[in-house]
Amino acid sequence: MARDSNTGMVERRGTGLWLTHLGLIIGVAFIFFPIWLAFVASTVTQADIVRPPMPLWPGEHLVENYTKALRSGINAPVARMLFNSAVMALGISLGKIVISLLSAFAIVYFRFPGRKTFFWLIFLTLMLPVEVRIVPTYQVAANFGMLNSYSGLIFPLIASATATFLFRQFFMTVPDELAEAARVDGARPMRFFVDILLPMSRTNIAALFVILFIYGWNQYLWPLLITTDPEMNTIVMGIKQMFPSGDDYADWPVIMATSILAMLPPVVVVVGMQKLFIRGLVDSEK
Amino acid sequence: MEKRVTFKGIWLPLLLVLPQLLITAVFFFYPAGQAVWQSLFIPDPFGLSMQWVGLGNFEYLLSDKYYRASFQTTAVFSILVTVVSMGVALYLAVLADRLIKGSGTYRTLLIWPYAVAPAVAGVLWLFMFNTRVGVVAWYLGVLGYDWNHVLNEGEAMGLVVVASSWGRISYNFLFFLAGLQAIPKSVIEAAAIDGARFWMRFRTIVFPLLSPTTFFLLVVNIVYAFFETFGVIHTITSGGPQQATTILVYKVFADGFVGQDLGSSAAQSVILLLIVSVLTVVQFKFVERRVHY
Repeated sequence: MARDSNTGMVERRGTGLWLTHLGLIIGVAFIFFPIWLAFVASTVTQADIVRPPMPLWPGEHLVENYTKALRSGINAPVARMLFNSAVMALGISLGKIVISLLSAFAIVYFRFPGRKTFFWLIFLTLMLPVEVRIVPTYQVAANFGMLNSYSGLIFPLIASATATFLFRQFFMTVPDELAEAARVDGARPMRFFVDILLPMSRTNIAALFVILFIYGWNQYLWPLLITTDPEMNTIVMGIKQMFPSGDDYADWPVIMATSILAMLPPVVVVVGMQKLFIRGLVDSEK
Repeated sequence: MEKRVTFKGIWLPLLLVLPQLLITAVFFFYPAGQAVWQSLFIPDPFGLSMQWVGLGNFEYLLSDKYYRASFQTTAVFSILVTVVSMGVALYLAVLADRLIKGSGTYRTLLIWPYAVAPAVAGVLWLFMFNTRVGVVAWYLGVLGYDWNHVLNEGEAMGLVVVASSWGRISYNFLFFLAGLQAIPKSVIEAAAIDGARFWMRFRTIVFPLLSPTTFFLLVVNIVYAFFETFGVIHTITSGGPQQATTILVYKVFADGFVGQDLGSSAAQSVILLLIVSVLTVVQFKFVERRVHY
Protein backbone atom coordinates (compact mmCIF):
# COMPACT_ATOMS: atom_id res chain seq x y z
CA MET A 1 0.00 0.00 0.00
CA ALA A 2 0.90 3.67 0.11
CA ARG A 3 2.59 3.29 3.47
CA ASP A 4 6.13 4.59 3.27
CA SER A 5 8.27 5.22 6.27
CA ASN A 6 11.70 6.23 5.01
CA THR A 7 11.03 9.93 5.36
CA GLY A 8 8.67 12.33 7.05
CA MET A 9 8.67 14.78 4.17
CA VAL A 10 5.35 15.62 2.59
CA GLU A 11 6.75 15.85 -0.93
CA ARG A 12 8.22 12.72 -2.45
CA ARG A 13 11.67 12.58 -3.97
CA GLY A 14 13.95 9.85 -5.27
CA THR A 15 12.72 6.30 -4.67
CA GLY A 16 9.51 7.46 -3.06
CA LEU A 17 8.58 9.42 -6.16
CA TRP A 18 9.30 6.46 -8.41
CA LEU A 19 7.22 4.16 -6.24
CA THR A 20 4.32 6.62 -6.46
CA HIS A 21 4.59 6.66 -10.25
CA LEU A 22 4.88 2.88 -10.32
CA GLY A 23 1.68 2.49 -8.26
CA LEU A 24 -0.20 4.84 -10.55
CA ILE A 25 1.10 3.14 -13.69
CA ILE A 26 -0.09 -0.23 -12.39
CA GLY A 27 -3.50 1.35 -11.79
CA VAL A 28 -3.59 2.83 -15.29
CA ALA A 29 -2.55 -0.54 -16.77
CA PHE A 30 -5.36 -2.29 -14.89
CA ILE A 31 -7.84 0.24 -16.26
CA PHE A 32 -6.47 -0.02 -19.81
CA PHE A 33 -5.98 -3.77 -20.11
CA PRO A 34 -9.58 -4.80 -20.92
CA ILE A 35 -9.79 -2.14 -23.61
CA TRP A 36 -6.40 -3.01 -25.06
CA LEU A 37 -7.47 -6.63 -25.31
CA ALA A 38 -10.72 -5.65 -27.01
CA PHE A 39 -8.79 -3.52 -29.47
CA VAL A 40 -6.36 -6.36 -30.23
CA ALA A 41 -9.26 -8.77 -30.73
CA SER A 42 -10.82 -6.35 -33.21
CA THR A 43 -7.66 -6.50 -35.38
CA VAL A 44 -7.14 -10.27 -35.64
CA THR A 45 -9.06 -13.14 -37.19
CA GLN A 46 -11.56 -15.44 -35.53
CA ALA A 47 -9.04 -18.27 -35.92
CA ASP A 48 -6.50 -16.35 -33.83
CA ILE A 49 -9.01 -16.04 -31.01
CA VAL A 50 -10.57 -19.49 -30.86
CA ARG A 51 -7.13 -21.05 -30.39
CA PRO A 52 -6.22 -19.57 -27.01
CA PRO A 53 -4.16 -17.82 -25.93
CA MET A 54 -4.98 -15.04 -28.34
CA PRO A 55 -2.16 -12.67 -29.36
CA LEU A 56 -1.58 -9.62 -27.16
CA TRP A 57 -0.39 -7.41 -30.00
CA PRO A 58 -2.64 -6.02 -32.79
CA GLY A 59 -2.91 -8.00 -36.05
CA GLU A 60 -3.51 -6.82 -39.60
CA HIS A 61 -7.26 -7.24 -39.97
CA LEU A 62 -8.41 -3.96 -38.47
CA VAL A 63 -9.92 -2.48 -41.63
CA GLU A 64 -11.53 -5.79 -42.59
CA ASN A 65 -13.22 -6.33 -39.20
CA TYR A 66 -14.46 -2.79 -38.79
CA THR A 67 -15.78 -2.65 -42.35
CA LYS A 68 -17.60 -5.91 -41.80
CA ALA A 69 -19.12 -4.66 -38.54
CA LEU A 70 -20.17 -1.29 -39.90
CA ARG A 71 -21.59 -2.58 -43.19
CA SER A 72 -23.30 -5.80 -42.18
CA GLY A 73 -22.81 -6.45 -38.46
CA ILE A 74 -24.57 -9.60 -37.31
CA ASN A 75 -28.25 -8.71 -36.94
CA ALA A 76 -28.11 -5.19 -38.30
CA PRO A 77 -25.30 -2.99 -39.66
CA VAL A 78 -23.40 -1.34 -36.81
CA ALA A 79 -23.46 1.95 -38.73
CA ARG A 80 -27.23 1.86 -38.36
CA MET A 81 -26.99 1.17 -34.61
CA LEU A 82 -24.50 4.02 -34.20
CA PHE A 83 -26.98 6.32 -35.88
CA ASN A 84 -29.79 5.12 -33.58
CA SER A 85 -27.60 5.71 -30.51
CA ALA A 86 -26.70 9.19 -31.72
CA VAL A 87 -30.36 10.11 -32.23
CA MET A 88 -31.26 8.74 -28.81
CA ALA A 89 -28.37 10.42 -26.96
CA LEU A 90 -28.88 13.78 -28.68
CA GLY A 91 -32.65 13.58 -28.26
CA ILE A 92 -32.39 12.86 -24.55
CA SER A 93 -29.77 15.51 -23.83
CA LEU A 94 -31.27 18.30 -25.94
CA GLY A 95 -34.86 17.47 -24.96
CA LYS A 96 -34.06 17.42 -21.28
CA ILE A 97 -32.07 20.66 -21.46
CA VAL A 98 -34.85 22.50 -23.32
CA ILE A 99 -37.77 21.47 -21.09
CA SER A 100 -35.68 22.00 -17.95
CA LEU A 101 -34.53 25.48 -18.95
CA LEU A 102 -38.14 26.51 -19.60
CA SER A 103 -39.57 25.13 -16.37
CA ALA A 104 -36.66 26.38 -14.23
CA PHE A 105 -37.19 29.85 -15.71
CA ALA A 106 -40.88 29.68 -14.79
CA ILE A 107 -40.22 28.47 -11.25
CA VAL A 108 -37.58 31.07 -10.47
CA TYR A 109 -38.92 34.16 -12.24
CA PHE A 110 -42.69 33.89 -11.83
CA ARG A 111 -45.25 33.52 -9.06
CA PHE A 112 -48.04 31.38 -10.42
CA PRO A 113 -50.70 29.18 -8.83
CA GLY A 114 -49.47 25.64 -8.33
CA ARG A 115 -45.82 26.69 -8.39
CA LYS A 116 -45.00 24.99 -5.09
CA THR A 117 -46.90 21.85 -6.07
CA PHE A 118 -45.09 21.68 -9.38
CA PHE A 119 -41.79 22.13 -7.61
CA TRP A 120 -42.46 19.18 -5.29
CA LEU A 121 -43.81 17.03 -8.11
CA ILE A 122 -40.59 17.27 -10.08
CA PHE A 123 -38.61 16.96 -6.88
CA LEU A 124 -40.10 13.48 -6.45
CA THR A 125 -38.70 12.35 -9.78
CA LEU A 126 -35.12 12.90 -8.64
CA MET A 127 -33.08 9.73 -8.52
CA LEU A 128 -35.92 7.32 -9.28
CA PRO A 129 -34.34 5.53 -12.23
CA VAL A 130 -36.35 4.05 -15.07
CA GLU A 131 -35.24 0.59 -13.90
CA VAL A 132 -37.72 0.53 -11.02
CA ARG A 133 -40.82 1.27 -13.08
CA ILE A 134 -39.97 -0.55 -16.27
CA VAL A 135 -43.06 -2.73 -16.66
CA PRO A 136 -45.71 0.04 -16.41
CA THR A 137 -43.56 2.48 -18.39
CA TYR A 138 -43.25 -0.15 -21.09
CA GLN A 139 -47.04 -0.55 -21.14
CA VAL A 140 -47.49 3.22 -21.54
CA ALA A 141 -45.00 3.33 -24.41
CA ALA A 142 -46.71 0.33 -26.04
CA ASN A 143 -50.13 1.99 -25.74
CA PHE A 144 -48.80 5.08 -27.48
CA GLY A 145 -47.44 2.90 -30.30
CA MET A 146 -43.92 3.95 -29.36
CA LEU A 147 -42.26 0.53 -29.59
CA ASN A 148 -39.41 0.49 -32.10
CA SER A 149 -39.48 4.25 -32.48
CA TYR A 150 -37.13 7.10 -31.61
CA SER A 151 -39.78 8.84 -29.52
CA GLY A 152 -40.13 5.63 -27.47
CA LEU A 153 -36.36 5.61 -26.91
CA ILE A 154 -36.21 9.27 -25.95
CA PHE A 155 -39.30 10.54 -24.09
CA PRO A 156 -39.51 8.15 -21.12
CA LEU A 157 -35.89 8.95 -20.26
CA ILE A 158 -36.48 12.70 -20.27
CA ALA A 159 -38.92 12.35 -17.37
CA SER A 160 -36.59 13.29 -14.54
CA ALA A 161 -35.83 16.59 -12.92
CA THR A 162 -32.10 16.67 -12.23
CA ALA A 163 -31.53 19.25 -14.95
CA THR A 164 -34.40 21.43 -13.73
CA PHE A 165 -32.81 21.58 -10.31
CA LEU A 166 -29.47 22.44 -11.73
CA PHE A 167 -30.81 25.34 -13.75
CA ARG A 168 -32.94 26.51 -10.85
CA GLN A 169 -29.88 26.67 -8.64
CA PHE A 170 -27.96 28.56 -11.29
CA PHE A 171 -30.77 31.04 -11.97
CA MET A 172 -30.96 31.79 -8.25
CA THR A 173 -27.38 33.06 -8.38
CA VAL A 174 -28.06 35.44 -11.28
CA PRO A 175 -28.11 39.01 -9.86
CA ASP A 176 -31.60 40.46 -9.42
CA GLU A 177 -30.45 43.73 -10.99
CA LEU A 178 -30.44 42.10 -14.42
CA ALA A 179 -34.10 41.15 -14.29
CA GLU A 180 -34.93 44.52 -12.75
CA ALA A 181 -33.15 46.38 -15.54
CA ALA A 182 -34.93 44.26 -18.13
CA ARG A 183 -38.27 45.02 -16.51
CA VAL A 184 -37.58 48.76 -16.32
CA ASP A 185 -36.64 48.71 -20.00
CA GLY A 186 -40.01 47.15 -20.71
CA ALA A 187 -38.47 43.89 -21.95
CA ARG A 188 -40.90 41.01 -22.07
CA PRO A 189 -40.00 37.94 -19.99
CA MET A 190 -39.05 35.82 -23.00
CA ARG A 191 -36.73 38.56 -24.28
CA PHE A 192 -34.94 38.51 -20.93
CA PHE A 193 -34.77 34.70 -21.10
CA VAL A 194 -33.35 34.58 -24.60
CA ASP A 195 -31.08 37.65 -24.54
CA ILE A 196 -29.71 37.52 -21.00
CA LEU A 197 -30.40 34.27 -19.17
CA LEU A 198 -29.50 31.83 -21.96
CA PRO A 199 -26.14 33.42 -22.84
CA MET A 200 -25.26 33.46 -19.13
CA SER A 201 -26.09 29.75 -18.81
CA ARG A 202 -23.86 28.68 -21.71
CA THR A 203 -21.25 26.88 -19.60
CA ASN A 204 -23.85 25.15 -17.44
CA ILE A 205 -25.73 23.99 -20.51
CA ALA A 206 -22.54 22.63 -22.09
CA ALA A 207 -21.47 20.82 -18.92
CA LEU A 208 -24.90 19.27 -18.54
CA PHE A 209 -24.94 18.30 -22.18
CA VAL A 210 -21.75 16.26 -21.73
CA ILE A 211 -23.22 14.33 -18.80
CA LEU A 212 -26.60 13.76 -20.44
CA PHE A 213 -25.04 12.67 -23.72
CA ILE A 214 -23.09 9.93 -21.94
CA TYR A 215 -26.17 8.98 -19.91
CA GLY A 216 -28.27 8.68 -23.06
CA TRP A 217 -25.64 6.89 -25.12
CA ASN A 218 -25.01 4.28 -22.43
CA GLN A 219 -28.65 3.32 -21.79
CA TYR A 220 -29.14 -0.44 -21.87
CA LEU A 221 -32.29 -1.79 -20.24
CA TRP A 222 -34.76 0.62 -21.81
CA PRO A 223 -33.63 0.13 -25.45
CA LEU A 224 -33.55 -3.60 -24.75
CA LEU A 225 -37.26 -3.58 -23.97
CA ILE A 226 -38.49 -1.00 -26.43
CA THR A 227 -36.66 -2.06 -29.60
CA THR A 228 -37.33 -5.55 -30.87
CA ASP A 229 -36.50 -4.69 -34.46
CA PRO A 230 -32.70 -5.03 -35.00
CA GLU A 231 -32.80 -1.98 -37.26
CA MET A 232 -33.83 0.11 -34.22
CA ASN A 233 -31.29 -1.35 -31.77
CA THR A 234 -28.84 1.02 -30.17
CA ILE A 235 -25.21 0.00 -30.30
CA VAL A 236 -24.75 -0.50 -26.55
CA MET A 237 -27.66 -2.94 -26.30
CA GLY A 238 -27.01 -4.42 -29.76
CA ILE A 239 -23.68 -5.98 -28.73
CA LYS A 240 -25.32 -8.55 -26.49
CA GLN A 241 -27.68 -9.49 -29.33
CA MET A 242 -24.64 -10.44 -31.41
CA PHE A 243 -23.87 -13.46 -29.26
CA PRO A 244 -25.22 -16.73 -30.64
CA SER A 245 -27.75 -18.44 -28.39
CA GLY A 246 -26.43 -21.97 -28.89
CA ASP A 247 -23.00 -23.49 -28.55
CA ASP A 248 -21.55 -21.75 -31.60
CA TYR A 249 -18.50 -19.57 -31.30
CA ALA A 250 -19.35 -15.90 -31.11
CA ASP A 251 -17.86 -13.81 -33.92
CA TRP A 252 -15.40 -12.17 -31.52
CA PRO A 253 -13.50 -9.87 -33.94
CA VAL A 254 -16.74 -8.27 -35.11
CA ILE A 255 -18.19 -8.11 -31.59
CA MET A 256 -15.03 -6.50 -30.24
CA ALA A 257 -14.89 -4.03 -33.14
CA THR A 258 -18.48 -3.12 -32.26
CA SER A 259 -17.56 -2.70 -28.57
CA ILE A 260 -14.76 -0.31 -29.49
CA LEU A 261 -17.12 1.64 -31.75
CA ALA A 262 -19.72 1.72 -28.95
CA MET A 263 -17.35 3.31 -26.44
CA LEU A 264 -15.63 5.69 -28.85
CA PRO A 265 -18.16 8.59 -28.98
CA PRO A 266 -18.67 9.00 -25.21
CA VAL A 267 -14.94 8.54 -24.53
CA VAL A 268 -14.08 11.22 -27.10
CA VAL A 269 -16.62 13.53 -25.44
CA VAL A 270 -15.15 12.94 -21.97
CA VAL A 271 -11.50 13.32 -23.00
CA GLY A 272 -12.12 16.20 -25.41
CA MET A 273 -14.28 18.18 -23.00
CA GLN A 274 -12.66 17.12 -19.75
CA LYS A 275 -13.17 20.45 -17.96
CA LEU A 276 -16.86 20.61 -18.85
CA PHE A 277 -17.27 16.94 -17.99
CA ILE A 278 -15.83 17.34 -14.49
CA ARG A 279 -17.91 20.43 -13.92
CA GLY A 280 -21.05 18.70 -15.10
CA LEU A 281 -20.35 15.69 -12.92
CA VAL A 282 -19.81 17.80 -9.81
CA ASP A 283 -22.83 20.02 -10.61
CA SER A 284 -25.23 17.18 -11.23
CA GLU A 285 -24.38 15.49 -7.93
CA LYS A 286 -24.92 18.62 -5.85
CA MET B 1 -34.73 30.90 -1.34
CA GLU B 2 -36.93 33.18 -3.41
CA LYS B 3 -36.23 35.78 -6.05
CA ARG B 4 -37.03 39.37 -5.13
CA VAL B 5 -37.64 40.45 -8.71
CA THR B 6 -40.20 38.48 -10.69
CA PHE B 7 -42.18 38.94 -13.84
CA LYS B 8 -45.95 39.25 -13.97
CA GLY B 9 -48.16 36.72 -15.67
CA ILE B 10 -49.88 33.43 -15.03
CA TRP B 11 -50.39 31.85 -18.42
CA LEU B 12 -46.82 32.23 -19.64
CA PRO B 13 -45.24 30.37 -16.68
CA LEU B 14 -47.89 27.67 -16.89
CA LEU B 15 -47.11 27.27 -20.57
CA LEU B 16 -43.40 27.08 -19.75
CA VAL B 17 -43.77 24.25 -17.24
CA LEU B 18 -46.29 22.39 -19.39
CA PRO B 19 -43.82 20.27 -21.44
CA GLN B 20 -42.06 18.98 -18.35
CA LEU B 21 -45.33 18.47 -16.52
CA LEU B 22 -46.78 16.42 -19.38
CA ILE B 23 -43.75 14.20 -19.84
CA THR B 24 -43.35 13.65 -16.12
CA ALA B 25 -47.03 12.84 -15.70
CA VAL B 26 -47.19 10.40 -18.61
CA PHE B 27 -43.84 8.66 -18.22
CA PHE B 28 -43.20 9.01 -14.52
CA PHE B 29 -46.20 9.49 -12.26
CA TYR B 30 -48.65 7.38 -14.20
CA PRO B 31 -46.25 4.38 -14.46
CA ALA B 32 -45.17 4.75 -10.84
CA GLY B 33 -48.84 4.82 -9.81
CA GLN B 34 -49.53 1.82 -12.02
CA ALA B 35 -46.71 -0.08 -10.34
CA VAL B 36 -48.29 0.55 -6.94
CA TRP B 37 -51.78 -0.34 -8.27
CA GLN B 38 -50.69 -3.49 -10.10
CA SER B 39 -48.83 -4.68 -7.04
CA LEU B 40 -52.21 -5.17 -5.35
CA PHE B 41 -53.55 -7.57 -8.01
CA ILE B 42 -52.82 -10.90 -9.59
CA PRO B 43 -53.65 -11.03 -13.30
CA ASP B 44 -55.11 -14.31 -14.55
CA PRO B 45 -52.89 -16.32 -16.91
CA PHE B 46 -54.63 -14.97 -20.00
CA GLY B 47 -54.38 -11.35 -18.91
CA LEU B 48 -58.14 -10.96 -19.18
CA SER B 49 -58.94 -10.00 -15.63
CA MET B 50 -57.21 -8.94 -12.46
CA GLN B 51 -57.87 -10.34 -9.05
CA TRP B 52 -57.52 -8.10 -6.01
CA VAL B 53 -55.11 -9.60 -3.49
CA GLY B 54 -54.31 -6.57 -1.33
CA LEU B 55 -50.85 -6.98 0.10
CA GLY B 56 -50.81 -10.62 -0.99
CA ASN B 57 -48.05 -10.06 -3.53
CA PHE B 58 -45.86 -8.50 -0.87
CA GLU B 59 -46.58 -11.25 1.64
CA TYR B 60 -45.76 -13.82 -0.98
CA LEU B 61 -42.54 -12.04 -1.95
CA LEU B 62 -41.28 -11.70 1.59
CA SER B 63 -41.84 -15.40 2.21
CA ASP B 64 -40.37 -16.39 -1.16
CA LYS B 65 -36.96 -17.89 -0.66
CA TYR B 66 -35.77 -16.78 -4.10
CA TYR B 67 -36.71 -13.17 -3.40
CA ARG B 68 -34.98 -13.25 -0.05
CA ALA B 69 -31.95 -14.78 -1.69
CA SER B 70 -32.01 -11.96 -4.23
CA PHE B 71 -32.01 -9.43 -1.39
CA GLN B 72 -28.97 -11.09 0.07
CA THR B 73 -27.27 -11.25 -3.34
CA THR B 74 -27.93 -7.54 -3.85
CA ALA B 75 -26.48 -6.70 -0.44
CA VAL B 76 -23.31 -8.73 -1.03
CA PHE B 77 -22.96 -7.39 -4.56
CA SER B 78 -23.45 -3.71 -3.63
CA ILE B 79 -21.09 -3.88 -0.67
CA LEU B 80 -18.39 -5.55 -2.76
CA VAL B 81 -18.77 -3.13 -5.67
CA THR B 82 -18.70 -0.13 -3.33
CA VAL B 83 -15.69 -1.36 -1.35
CA VAL B 84 -13.66 -2.45 -4.40
CA SER B 85 -14.31 0.63 -6.53
CA MET B 86 -13.85 3.08 -3.68
CA GLY B 87 -10.82 1.29 -2.25
CA VAL B 88 -8.90 1.20 -5.52
CA ALA B 89 -9.93 4.79 -6.33
CA LEU B 90 -8.81 6.09 -2.93
CA TYR B 91 -5.48 4.31 -3.27
CA LEU B 92 -4.85 5.84 -6.70
CA ALA B 93 -6.07 9.27 -5.61
CA VAL B 94 -3.72 9.29 -2.60
CA LEU B 95 -0.83 8.41 -4.91
CA ALA B 96 -1.78 11.05 -7.49
CA ASP B 97 -2.17 13.65 -4.76
CA ARG B 98 1.44 13.07 -3.66
CA LEU B 99 2.73 14.20 -7.04
CA ILE B 100 3.52 17.85 -7.50
CA LYS B 101 3.62 17.52 -11.26
CA GLY B 102 1.73 15.08 -13.39
CA SER B 103 -1.39 14.38 -11.34
CA GLY B 104 -3.40 15.99 -14.16
CA THR B 105 -1.99 13.52 -16.68
CA TYR B 106 -2.95 10.56 -14.51
CA ARG B 107 -6.38 12.07 -14.04
CA THR B 108 -6.87 12.18 -17.80
CA LEU B 109 -5.64 8.60 -18.11
CA LEU B 110 -7.90 7.36 -15.33
CA ILE B 111 -11.23 9.14 -15.78
CA TRP B 112 -12.32 8.16 -19.26
CA PRO B 113 -13.56 4.61 -18.48
CA TYR B 114 -16.44 6.46 -16.83
CA ALA B 115 -17.73 6.90 -20.37
CA VAL B 116 -17.76 3.15 -21.08
CA ALA B 117 -21.30 1.79 -20.66
CA PRO B 118 -21.74 -0.88 -17.98
CA ALA B 119 -23.05 -3.24 -20.67
CA VAL B 120 -19.91 -2.72 -22.79
CA ALA B 121 -17.71 -3.17 -19.72
CA GLY B 122 -19.57 -6.44 -19.19
CA VAL B 123 -18.70 -7.62 -22.70
CA LEU B 124 -15.01 -6.69 -22.24
CA TRP B 125 -14.71 -8.66 -19.00
CA LEU B 126 -16.72 -11.55 -20.39
CA PHE B 127 -14.24 -11.73 -23.24
CA MET B 128 -11.25 -11.93 -20.88
CA PHE B 129 -12.81 -14.63 -18.72
CA ASN B 130 -14.75 -16.53 -21.39
CA THR B 131 -14.35 -20.22 -20.59
CA ARG B 132 -13.41 -21.14 -24.16
CA VAL B 133 -11.43 -18.20 -25.55
CA GLY B 134 -10.76 -15.88 -22.61
CA VAL B 135 -7.09 -14.97 -22.22
CA VAL B 136 -7.19 -14.56 -18.46
CA ALA B 137 -9.18 -17.78 -18.04
CA TRP B 138 -6.62 -19.54 -20.23
CA TYR B 139 -3.61 -18.30 -18.24
CA LEU B 140 -5.38 -19.22 -15.01
CA GLY B 141 -5.72 -22.70 -16.52
CA VAL B 142 -1.98 -22.79 -17.17
CA LEU B 143 -1.43 -21.92 -13.51
CA GLY B 144 -3.65 -24.87 -12.60
CA TYR B 145 -6.82 -22.95 -11.77
CA ASP B 146 -9.92 -24.11 -13.60
CA TRP B 147 -11.97 -20.92 -14.13
CA ASN B 148 -15.63 -21.43 -14.93
CA HIS B 149 -18.00 -18.62 -13.99
CA VAL B 150 -20.79 -20.33 -15.94
CA LEU B 151 -20.95 -23.07 -13.33
CA ASN B 152 -19.24 -21.64 -10.27
CA GLU B 153 -21.42 -19.19 -8.30
CA GLY B 154 -18.57 -17.51 -6.44
CA GLU B 155 -16.61 -16.92 -9.63
CA ALA B 156 -19.70 -15.50 -11.34
CA MET B 157 -20.20 -13.05 -8.48
CA GLY B 158 -16.51 -12.11 -8.52
CA LEU B 159 -16.60 -11.41 -12.23
CA VAL B 160 -19.70 -9.18 -12.15
CA VAL B 161 -18.29 -7.32 -9.14
CA VAL B 162 -14.97 -6.59 -10.87
CA ALA B 163 -16.66 -5.64 -14.15
CA SER B 164 -19.06 -3.31 -12.31
CA SER B 165 -16.31 -1.72 -10.21
CA TRP B 166 -13.90 -1.21 -13.08
CA GLY B 167 -15.57 1.80 -14.78
CA ARG B 168 -16.68 3.15 -11.45
CA ILE B 169 -13.09 3.62 -10.25
CA SER B 170 -12.81 6.67 -12.54
CA TYR B 171 -15.74 8.40 -10.94
CA ASN B 172 -14.62 7.76 -7.38
CA PHE B 173 -11.02 8.70 -8.23
CA LEU B 174 -12.16 12.08 -9.54
CA PHE B 175 -14.07 12.94 -6.38
CA PHE B 176 -11.40 11.57 -4.02
CA LEU B 177 -8.65 13.51 -5.80
CA ALA B 178 -10.71 16.72 -5.63
CA GLY B 179 -11.36 16.07 -1.94
CA LEU B 180 -7.68 15.43 -1.20
CA GLN B 181 -6.56 18.51 -3.07
CA ALA B 182 -8.99 20.62 -1.04
CA ILE B 183 -7.24 19.68 2.22
CA PRO B 184 -4.93 22.57 3.18
CA LYS B 185 -1.31 21.56 2.71
CA SER B 186 -0.31 23.57 5.78
CA VAL B 187 -2.20 21.19 8.08
CA ILE B 188 -0.38 18.20 6.64
CA GLU B 189 2.98 19.94 6.72
CA ALA B 190 2.46 20.90 10.36
CA ALA B 191 1.83 17.25 11.20
CA ALA B 192 4.90 16.25 9.19
CA ILE B 193 7.08 18.69 11.12
CA ASP B 194 5.72 17.23 14.34
CA GLY B 195 7.09 13.93 13.10
CA ALA B 196 3.88 12.22 11.95
CA ARG B 197 4.73 9.66 9.27
CA PHE B 198 2.62 9.15 6.15
CA TRP B 199 0.35 6.46 7.52
CA MET B 200 -0.15 8.36 10.76
CA ARG B 201 -1.03 11.56 8.86
CA PHE B 202 -3.43 9.66 6.63
CA ARG B 203 -5.21 8.02 9.54
CA THR B 204 -5.50 11.03 11.83
CA ILE B 205 -5.81 13.98 9.44
CA VAL B 206 -6.44 13.14 5.81
CA PHE B 207 -9.07 10.44 6.20
CA PRO B 208 -11.24 12.36 8.72
CA LEU B 209 -11.12 15.50 6.56
CA LEU B 210 -12.08 13.38 3.57
CA SER B 211 -15.13 11.90 5.28
CA PRO B 212 -17.75 14.14 3.59
CA THR B 213 -16.48 12.95 0.19
CA THR B 214 -16.33 9.35 1.39
CA PHE B 215 -19.86 9.40 2.72
CA PHE B 216 -21.23 11.03 -0.40
CA LEU B 217 -19.50 8.43 -2.59
CA LEU B 218 -20.79 5.63 -0.37
CA VAL B 219 -24.42 6.57 -1.06
CA VAL B 220 -23.87 7.26 -4.76
CA ASN B 221 -22.05 3.97 -5.29
CA ILE B 222 -24.72 1.95 -3.52
CA VAL B 223 -27.33 3.53 -5.80
CA TYR B 224 -25.11 2.70 -8.77
CA ALA B 225 -24.68 -0.91 -7.70
CA PHE B 226 -28.41 -1.31 -7.12
CA PHE B 227 -29.68 0.11 -10.40
CA GLU B 228 -27.09 0.85 -13.02
CA THR B 229 -25.32 -2.49 -13.09
CA PHE B 230 -28.16 -4.24 -14.88
CA GLY B 231 -26.17 -4.14 -18.13
CA VAL B 232 -23.16 -5.88 -16.58
CA ILE B 233 -25.24 -8.69 -15.14
CA HIS B 234 -27.36 -9.16 -18.24
CA THR B 235 -24.31 -9.40 -20.53
CA ILE B 236 -22.10 -11.58 -18.32
CA THR B 237 -24.27 -14.01 -16.34
CA SER B 238 -27.97 -13.28 -17.03
CA GLY B 239 -28.46 -13.68 -13.30
CA GLY B 240 -27.00 -17.16 -13.13
CA PRO B 241 -25.73 -19.67 -12.26
CA GLN B 242 -28.71 -20.76 -10.11
CA GLN B 243 -29.67 -17.09 -9.62
CA ALA B 244 -26.36 -16.44 -7.84
CA THR B 245 -26.08 -13.01 -9.47
CA THR B 246 -29.79 -12.12 -9.67
CA ILE B 247 -29.86 -8.71 -8.01
CA LEU B 248 -33.22 -7.05 -7.26
CA VAL B 249 -33.36 -4.94 -10.43
CA TYR B 250 -32.55 -7.98 -12.52
CA LYS B 251 -35.34 -9.91 -10.82
CA VAL B 252 -37.90 -7.19 -11.63
CA PHE B 253 -36.90 -7.59 -15.26
CA ALA B 254 -36.75 -11.39 -15.20
CA ASP B 255 -40.12 -11.81 -13.43
CA GLY B 256 -41.89 -9.03 -15.32
CA PHE B 257 -40.68 -9.56 -18.87
CA VAL B 258 -39.37 -13.07 -19.05
CA GLY B 259 -41.65 -14.72 -16.47
CA GLN B 260 -44.66 -12.43 -17.20
CA ASP B 261 -45.52 -12.40 -13.49
CA LEU B 262 -46.79 -8.81 -13.51
CA GLY B 263 -48.21 -8.62 -9.98
CA SER B 264 -45.03 -9.84 -8.39
CA SER B 265 -42.84 -7.68 -10.62
CA ALA B 266 -44.91 -4.60 -9.73
CA ALA B 267 -44.65 -5.40 -6.02
CA GLN B 268 -40.88 -5.70 -6.44
CA SER B 269 -40.83 -2.31 -8.17
CA VAL B 270 -42.64 -0.79 -5.21
CA ILE B 271 -40.11 -2.26 -2.79
CA LEU B 272 -37.27 -0.85 -4.90
CA LEU B 273 -39.05 2.50 -4.97
CA LEU B 274 -39.04 2.53 -1.18
CA ILE B 275 -35.34 1.64 -1.05
CA VAL B 276 -34.45 4.45 -3.47
CA SER B 277 -36.55 6.92 -1.51
CA VAL B 278 -34.66 6.09 1.68
CA LEU B 279 -31.32 6.46 -0.12
CA THR B 280 -32.47 9.79 -1.61
CA VAL B 281 -33.42 11.13 1.80
CA VAL B 282 -30.09 10.02 3.25
CA GLN B 283 -28.24 11.69 0.40
CA PHE B 284 -30.27 14.88 0.63
CA LYS B 285 -29.76 15.24 4.35
CA PHE B 286 -26.07 14.93 3.70
CA VAL B 287 -25.98 17.22 0.68
CA GLU B 288 -27.80 19.92 2.65
CA ARG B 289 -25.00 19.77 5.17
CA ARG B 290 -22.32 19.89 2.52
CA VAL B 291 -23.81 22.99 0.94
CA HIS B 292 -23.62 24.87 4.25
CA TYR B 293 -19.96 24.07 4.85
